This record gives sequence, structure tokens and C-alpha cells, in this order.
Amino acid sequence: MPSDGGVRVADPTQSADRFEPGGRVAGDVVIDINNLSLTFRTADAPIHALSQINLQVQAGEFISLIGPSGCGKTTLMRIVADLEKPTGGTIKVNGMTPAEARLKRAYGYVFQAPALYPWRSVLGNVTLPHEIMGGARAEREEKARRYLDLVGLKGFERKYPWQLSGGMQQRVSIARALSFDPAMLLMDEPFGALDEITRDRMNEELLSIWRKTGKTVIFVTHSIDEAVLLSTRIVVMSARPGRIVDVIDSTLPPDRSLETRDSAAAVDLAHRVRLGLKAGHSYDD
Amino acid sequence: MTDAAMTDATIDGRRIGLLSPRGRVLPVMVVVCAIVVLWYVLATALNWAQVEERMSNDPLPKSVYAMVSGTWSMERPVLPAPHQVLEEFWKTTFEMSPTSKRSLVYHAWITASATMLGFAFGAILGMLLAAGIVHVRTLDRSLMPWVIASQTVPILAIAPMIIVILGSVGMVGLVPKAIISMYLCFFPVTIGMVKGLRSPDPLQLDLMRTYSASAWQVFWKLRMPASIPFLFASMKVAIAISLVGTIVGELPTGANGGIGARLLAGSYYGQTVQIWSALLMGSLLGAAMVYLMGSIERVTLRRMGAPR
Repeated sequence: MPSDGGVRVADPTQSADRFEPGGRVAGDVVIDINNLSLTFRTADAPIHALSQINLQVQAGEFISLIGPSGCGKTTLMRIVADLEKPTGGTIKVNGMTPAEARLKRAYGYVFQAPALYPWRSVLGNVTLPHEIMGGARAEREEKARRYLDLVGLKGFERKYPWQLSGGMQQRVSIARALSFDPAMLLMDEPFGALDEITRDRMNEELLSIWRKTGKTVIFVTHSIDEAVLLSTRIVVMSARPGRIVDVIDSTLPPDRSLETRDSAAAVDLAHRVRLGLKAGHSYDD
Repeated sequence: MTDAAMTDATIDGRRIGLLSPRGRVLPVMVVVCAIVVLWYVLATALNWAQVEERMSNDPLPKSVYAMVSGTWSMERPVLPAPHQVLEEFWKTTFEMSPTSKRSLVYHAWITASATMLGFAFGAILGMLLAAGIVHVRTLDRSLMPWVIASQTVPILAIAPMIIVILGSVGMVGLVPKAIISMYLCFFPVTIGMVKGLRSPDPLQLDLMRTYSASAWQVFWKLRMPASIPFLFASMKVAIAISLVGTIVGELPTGANGGIGARLLAGSYYGQTVQIWSALLMGSLLGAAMVYLMGSIERVTLRRMGAPR
């Protein structure tokens, strides 16, 4: 990791000691990305996956990353999660390097696919993070039950993944990400594989979970509607090299429902996202 | 009706008569009958010359019936008829004390215990090798070619050498046979287990990384459970091979008992009926072991939440 010289965090010492799950003061910078780039070296030519990314995320925000396939939005989030290493620039998560933040269980990650372990029951899947991090059995089961209830899966604890629909499996994986109370949720196209009706319901549920828990959410999507409905800020990205073209503050009220998508403000927002995507040549061949 | 109800099997959650075409018994019985008929025909054909020769002194005309029944009741036929084998099998299995050296149960027990021991050695060795190969890159490159090369050596050629070498250091009896059987059966376990340990998809592995799980935790909570179905598939193969290894190991031991020793003794004295009944015992033993492994597999996978 490069040194953190020149990082524009207001207070670099704000971090671990004040780290309280969900208890961050809104406005604290939890992710600070400066001039970040990532170049994959391949056999023929280097691929510039990300270039000159600058982004500050505040506690309690719901940030969507939107852009065409291959624009590096997933890669950017994987860097936040310390699943990829940047090749240039700096990134701080809770004032630490991503690796340190990962070790401090700063985030829960929801993947594109549920990635459940088929030999574990629903409850067993949700208690998995706790099992790995240590913790009393009674406590981890109590927490798991609470979050399964939150995602609407009460009564499914003893079922196995193959007995659930795709939407239910993805809800299990959300409960799993929430189960150890991380202050931040990183979600990588979590509803991409679901049909539109299920996706709508999941969007509503995610909104209500976000309101109830006050977590910071970074959400990768390629659905404009989804980004508009859920986010407090929308980051529009372009491909090759992956860079940020526009950052749009949402003008929607905090209290939203599926109908909010049809409001004039939402239509305006969607239009601005499309303009951003167009400026990033996302609609070119 | 009542009989049919008692022998019904359940397939796809529906009860199906065993003798219906969708059941499993009828198709199997048809094949068994075909084999038995073919066997009798072969027995007649292969033993015909011997019977003809023996009866040539007799001037009386021979009926075909006498000839055929002669081919099915010889003491040392080229190919004994099924009923002769069954008779010998019954006599040496159920009508003798299991401790008698003429009892097939006695020999089967010797072979079975060496097989189990060899299988246990082989399964443990196979799993350890697999864990090493998956986790240590150097082992993957240095060990894997040797694992494969080991199976190209004909076991029949090295089995006597292993027995002789181990005998010279004072190892006799069960262990040398178990080692030969281990040599054969670790291979499928290693191959299956390596495949199984590598079967978790990238997301399942990434998930562990987001929890900062240690390599040990990734192994026990992800790789190991993911490998279980692969492990059982290869253990079913391994236990059958393990039995073959033990019998091969018994051939050159100077016959201290076991199915292999029984086969060897039978061929010394031209006791074909004895050979075939030992073969029958060997295959029953193999079938029982594979079935047992299959049952353990079913129970284990069910406990791991597999669809029934």
C-alpha cells in the first residue's frame, strides 16, 4: 500500500476506537479514495481497470456505483474490501488500509450470487461469520435469528439452501452479511440475477433494512431504476479505463417506496444518470 | 397382494412393486437369469470333451441327458456349473466352524480385515497427500507426477517384492498385505479429494477472505465439507481396489489364509469348484464393502443437508 501522505481526511485518527457498529456519526468520512488506479497486467496489453478515482463516502450514506459492464465498479468495491490491491493512489477505510479494516470486520460483503454453503442450514450459513470470528454459540444464534427475521425469513432456519428460491437465498446472504453488525455493507449487484418482481420486493426490503440499521451501503448495480430508488448518491462510471464521470446527489426524500420511482424528481435523476452514462460513452459500441 | 405389498420399494416417493418394470429387482433378475443360463451352456460345452473321454470305455450308448448331467457334476471340471459352486460355497460357508481353515468365512475374515486396514491406511494417506497438494504449490508440482507414476507400476510385479522386503524386517501377516492394498487405493482418494478440495467457487472463497478467515478455517469450514461428495465417490472405488490389492498380496504369501491363498491352493490342486466359490466370496465381500460405503455416504450427505 502507498503511504497516506496527502490524504484529505479531516481527522486521520478517527477510527478503530470510535468504531461502533452502526453508531458512526453521519458525516464522518468512512471511505476516502484518492487518485486510485488499478492496472491488470496481462500477457498482451495492460488493462486499465480503474483510473484516477476520487471518492469520499460518509457514514450512513447509500452510494450506488453504476456503469456499463467492465467499467470497474465491482473492482472498485473489491479494492474497498481488500479483495484486490490497487496499483496507484491511496484508499482509507475507517482511516485504515483496507487490509486492516478487513481484519477489524469493517464490512459485510454481499456477492452477485448468494454463495451459500450448501451443507449448512440457513441458520448455519448466517452464523458462519461469527463462527470464524469467534463468539459464543448462543449469542451468534440469537443474532442470526434476529437478522433472518429482519430479512423476512423467520421459520426457515432449519431449511437448506436448495430448498429456497433465488430471492430467498440472496436474503439469507444479506442476513449473513449483517449478522456480525458491520457498520458497512458492500453489495455487488446483489439482485442482478433475480426477476424484476422479486427485485422490486428486495429493493423495498433493502430500503427498510437500511433505514432500520443506519448502515453505510455501497451498492454496485447496472440498473438505473435501482440506483435512483435506493441511493443518497449515485456514482456514474465509464469503461476503459474505469473512471468516475459524475457523482449525483439524490433529491429524493429519505422516506421512499417503489412509487417514488415515478415521481418527477426520480425521473429527473434517472435522466441525469443517463446523461452521465452517455458522456462516458456507455452507449457506444 | 400382501406379498407384493411387503416387497414394495419406494421410488420418487411413490410405492412401486418390486416386480414392476420400474422397480429394480425385475431388471436385475433378468440379467442374473441370462448369466446363469449362459453359464450352464458354457459349462456343458467346456466340460463335454472330458465327459466324452471318461465315458468312452463304456460300450453302452450314451443319452444326451447323461452327457449333459455328467458335464454338470464333475469333480474337477474346467468350468463348474453354478449349482456346484453354490453347493461348495454353502458347505464351506455355513456348514463349517468359522475358525476352521477350510471355512470360507475364516478366509473371508482374514481378507476383509487386511482390506479394511489397507483401506484405512490408503484413505488417510490419500487425504493427507491431497491436502498437501492443494495447499502447497511445490507439492502440487513435485508430488502429483509421482502419484500418477506410482499407478503405472504393475502391482502384480511389485507385490511379491514388498512381501519379501517387509518379511525380512520381521513384518508378516496383516500389515504387508494392507500396505499393498494401500498402495493401490490411495490413488483414487488423492485424485478425488484434490478435486473436491478445489471445488469451492471463487465467491465462496472470497467470502472467507472477507471474514479474514485463517487457512485452517478455510480448510475445515469450506474446503473439507465441499470435498465430501468427491471423497465418497472415490472411496467407493478405493475400497473395491483395496480388496483386489489384498487378494493380490495374499497370492505370494505362502498361503497363510485369505481369499487369495484359497485361490492359489485351489489352482495348485485343480480344485476349480473351490476356486470359483472363493471368487464368489471375494465378489460378495467387495459388493458388501461398496454397499457399506454407499450407506455411510448416504447418511453423511443427508446429514449435510443434501436433497434426498
